[in-house]
Amino acid sequence: MSDVVIMGAAETDQLGKLPDISTLELHLQSARNALRDAGLGIEDIDGIASVSAPGPVTIAHALGITPRWVDTTSVGGASFLFHVRHAVAAIRAGHANAVLVTHGESGRSRVGAPPWAMAKDSLSGQFEFPFGVLGPPTTFSLPVMRFMKETGTTIEQLAEVAVAQRRWSSQNPRAMFQEEVTVSDVLDSRPVASPLTLLMCCLVTDGGGALVVTSREFAESRGTDHPLVSVLGTGECATTPMISQMADMTRCEQFEVSSRHALQEARMTTSDIDHLMIYDAFAHVPLFGLEDMGFVGRGEAGAFVAEGNTSPGGSLPMNTNGGGLSYTHTGMYGMFAIQEAVRQLRGEAAAQVPDVSTSLVLGNGGMFMSAATLVLGNEAAA
Amino acid sequence: MSTPPKFVPQATPETQPYWDGTAARELRIQQCVPEQHTYFYPRTSCPVCGTEEVKWVTASGRAQLHTYVISHRPAPGFTPPYVIAVVELEEGPRMMTNLVGVEPDPEHLELDMDLVVDFEARGDDVLVPVFRPADSEAAA
Repeated sequence: MSDVVIMGAAETDQLGKLPDISTLELHLQSARNALRDAGLGIEDIDGIASVSAPGPVTIAHALGITPRWVDTTSVGGASFLFHVRHAVAAIRAGHANAVLVTHGESGRSRVGAPPWAMAKDSLSGQFEFPFGVLGPPTTFSLPVMRFMKETGTTIEQLAEVAVAQRRWSSQNPRAMFQEEVTVSDVLDSRPVASPLTLLMCCLVTDGGGALVVTSREFAESRGTDHPLVSVLGTGECATTPMISQMADMTRCEQFEVSSRHALQEARMTTSDIDHLMIYDAFAHVPLFGLEDMGFVGRGEAGAFVAEGNTSPGGSLPMNTNGGGLSYTHTGMYGMFAIQEAVRQLRGEAAAQVPDVSTSLVLGNGGMFMSAATLVLGNEAAA
Repeated sequence: MSTPPKFVPQATPETQPYWDGTAARELRIQQCVPEQHTYFYPRTSCPVCGTEEVKWVTASGRAQLHTYVISHRPAPGFTPPYVIAVVELEEGPRMMTNLVGVEPDPEHLELDMDLVVDFEARGDDVLVPVFRPADSEAAA
């Protein structure tokens, strides 16, 4: 199979509170930045992928691209990992040569963003919304009590996830929150959806990011200023549209499935991974990810994080941009997890981990609804 | 200050029997005829074996507290703190609900505690299932 690479990767100029930039413009700015990063022009792009809305047709038209391959997979914040996986297949099949994957979301300012849809006759409208759930904090949090009971994970260990990620974001000037915190700070922060407190919940920001995915052959023929990042393995999975219908509230089946397939494709095991990004909408999600992907055993993730293994200097550097808890979280965070993996593999990260040759990115979509996994590597991984 | 009303669900043709059930203060769930797999939410084929030969049965209304959160955020019609829960019905399926008749305090909310269904009015003609501790049944 031909080698597919990430040739361009960039975020919007700024992240955070951007009330003067619309959702569409966040996509376009990140797309132009990624093209510049790759050293390509719009004439080089023949495939486009993004979530709706505004969707790839609008984005392609605004940029002046006429794609011959389009992907509108919209499965929540993991969508951009799905797009990369689908782009790899399209490039190998000859359906596209160079694919632009874009994300832009006015998550905080809601400029040019579609209104929140709460259809009364949808499944969620009938079987979840009537119970006073208002978005992720009151739904994504539901598995936590059960997870704690069945695995023995403590509330202090949940807090340690937020503490560990602040250690990373304290080294990252682009992170929204940079001040280190203690377990007490986390536990004493405002209760949001008990047992979760404010500092165990992700940020709400504006921003975007984009990728250029193409064949190694094409990338090398054009040359770039940055090391190429290979897509070594990918996986995807989806389970339930309603968190209340998870088959097991203490395991995320799709994390296991998508990661197993991605590692198999890369011909690797968890022990081959130098650097890890786990979509962290809330503090418990990385604990599920570590256990469900097999980086640690059942019930071991909390202690693993508390012992500093995922912190700077630890054996498994994780969420090294600060994650959704401290770096940025526009609502669909997956793009930012990929961006940080690319920076680490290029040796360009703010909090650079030494000797990174492989990185695994686990994306979550919705409330444990979907997942996709990317195993990425640089020249040293070959 | 008046609070806006709680969210009112609306049936689709396929879920209408469920909502007709709650209106009669019954919790109706579905079961496939060949294998007797009991499931929730309502749909026209069994998610375990795939058969379209399914029927409605009335659940006992007994359940256990599977997991919960105490929401501290205001939602239309709800005064925080309030309890959003997932309960496991005696028949097996799980569903989201609210806990009523109990303090929204972890001290009173033990996982796997026994619960019984109750029904709460939404809008003019819809009832949604909520659950209360079984030992408060007499007071209900």
